[in-house]
Amino acid sequence: MTDRAVFTVMRRNNFSYFLVEGWHGIRSHAFMSFAAIGIITACLLIMGSFSLVAVNMSYNLGMLVEENQFLAYVDDSLTDEEARALQGQVEAVPNVSTVTFITREEAMTAFLEDKEDNHLFQELPASVLRHRYAIHVDDIEQMAATVEAVKQVPGIGGTSAALEIAEGFVTLSNIASAIAFILIAILLVVSLFIISNTIRLATFNRREEIAIMKMCGATDSFVQIPFVVEGVILGLVGAAVSFLLQWGIYEVIVKAVNESGRVQLITLMSFQTLASQVLAIFLFTGLAVGVGGSLLTIRKFLQV
Amino acid sequence: MIRLTEVEKTYENGTHALKGVSFRVDDGEFVFLVGPSGSGKSTILKLLTAEEAPTAGQVAVNGYNVNTIRPQQVPFLRRSLGVVFQDFRLIDKKTVYENMSFAMRAIGASAREVRKRIPYVLDLVGLGEKGGQFPGQLSGGEQQRVAIARALVNNPNMIIADEPTGNLDPSRSYEIMRLLERINELGTTILVVTHEKELVNRFSKRVLTIENGRIISDRQGGFYGYEKK
Repeated sequence: MTDRAVFTVMRRNNFSYFLVEGWHGIRSHAFMSFAAIGIITACLLIMGSFSLVAVNMSYNLGMLVEENQFLAYVDDSLTDEEARALQGQVEAVPNVSTVTFITREEAMTAFLEDKEDNHLFQELPASVLRHRYAIHVDDIEQMAATVEAVKQVPGIGGTSAALEIAEGFVTLSNIASAIAFILIAILLVVSLFIISNTIRLATFNRREEIAIMKMCGATDSFVQIPFVVEGVILGLVGAAVSFLLQWGIYEVIVKAVNESGRVQLITLMSFQTLASQVLAIFLFTGLAVGVGGSLLTIRKFLQV
Repeated sequence: MIRLTEVEKTYENGTHALKGVSFRVDDGEFVFLVGPSGSGKSTILKLLTAEEAPTAGQVAVNGYNVNTIRPQQVPFLRRSLGVVFQDFRLIDKKTVYENMSFAMRAIGASAREVRKRIPYVLDLVGLGEKGGQFPGQLSGGEQQRVAIARALVNNPNMIIADEPTGNLDPSRSYEIMRLLERINELGTTILVVTHEKELVNRFSKRVLTIENGRIISDRQGGFYGYEKK
């Protein structure tokens, strides 16, 4: 066998070696590893929970947008033709997506459809209502500004919109995002620190072996890789555990929301539609924290 | 092959350990390096394994120039050397076999190569039956044989032994030297750093004597130089 061929064989063999060594590292300080996995799990769970709240909020916000139109009433003093002529001006307002003209007669018919049983309303003349425009907006966050702008169009007498609900949702979702962002940042730093410390303990436990490996001519990367593998295993196990817990918690909450009559305003997405994304994000974060934490230690403590 | 040319070494704390040391060890030689504590023997070993770089002069080991070696090349220099220490430096919780396979895996040897090589080397040092035992179950002499086997297992072309018999009684020490002599006869260059006058004199080998950072004698034939002054 040539030197190069020997080298290739060695390379292939190293993979299982690194895995086994990484696993031995974890077992040799099981409690610390357990603590590290626990912290990563807690970090990912909090991160996941906030993200899921945010995702569901924007989902509900999205549904609100779909239904969301506001009405602009045409001033009574305008003739039918003048009222119809306002369409172009309303359409020209920024953030307006569609504008539908509804005559007072159509409005009355729609109004009466809901209340056929009520004879009192049947007698009402259509003239008690005003002509109106049903207006959809593109961006619900700019709803308030759009409503104001439409009010400024000459001939528009007033508006009605479910503004407060929309604004409430936007505010809530912004607050949730901000808290989530800060918490996630703190927890990621904590996780990095914990993994880094676990790996430092691992290098300390094996300092004798490391010295012998170096004396025998092990390359730096050969000495270091088992510790990176250890960090990666901790990160990925933490990710898997937190995924399962997250799933369980989410299902419990979905069940509670569905059974409670009071919160029917909110529709929660099913976990199945989110699972692959949650898993991918958890695994990626676990991997990043594992690699990052171990590299942090190795760069400091394993220089030849 | 070792070549030191006018080597000076001054440590950061000001200790002037080597003062113009020059010598050469050719492939296949068996050389004793003797001298009192603090004479510079350990510094020479550190230069040979590239743990330290010389302050001035040239150090070349097995084709590597220690003055200019890049950090990535240091492991490959070390693979060309087998190092044996006074305190054996075996891993207590690994068996003899595992201690050796650990050294082989450290340079990326495959499981198959490990299985093939270790029994051969254990036989060579006379421990063919002891592969499954832990260092704690062996005598000092046997532990040092394991350390020598570990130094040999990666097939270096030179073995550097730093006081290999320092912890052994005279008859075990003699056996260890005989073993090193035998390994030398099989073609491996041997450099033994030692204090033990009796032992050096029993083997008719080249002796380099270092004192106070200088080589004061380089003679063939088992002559322990520095005490004669």
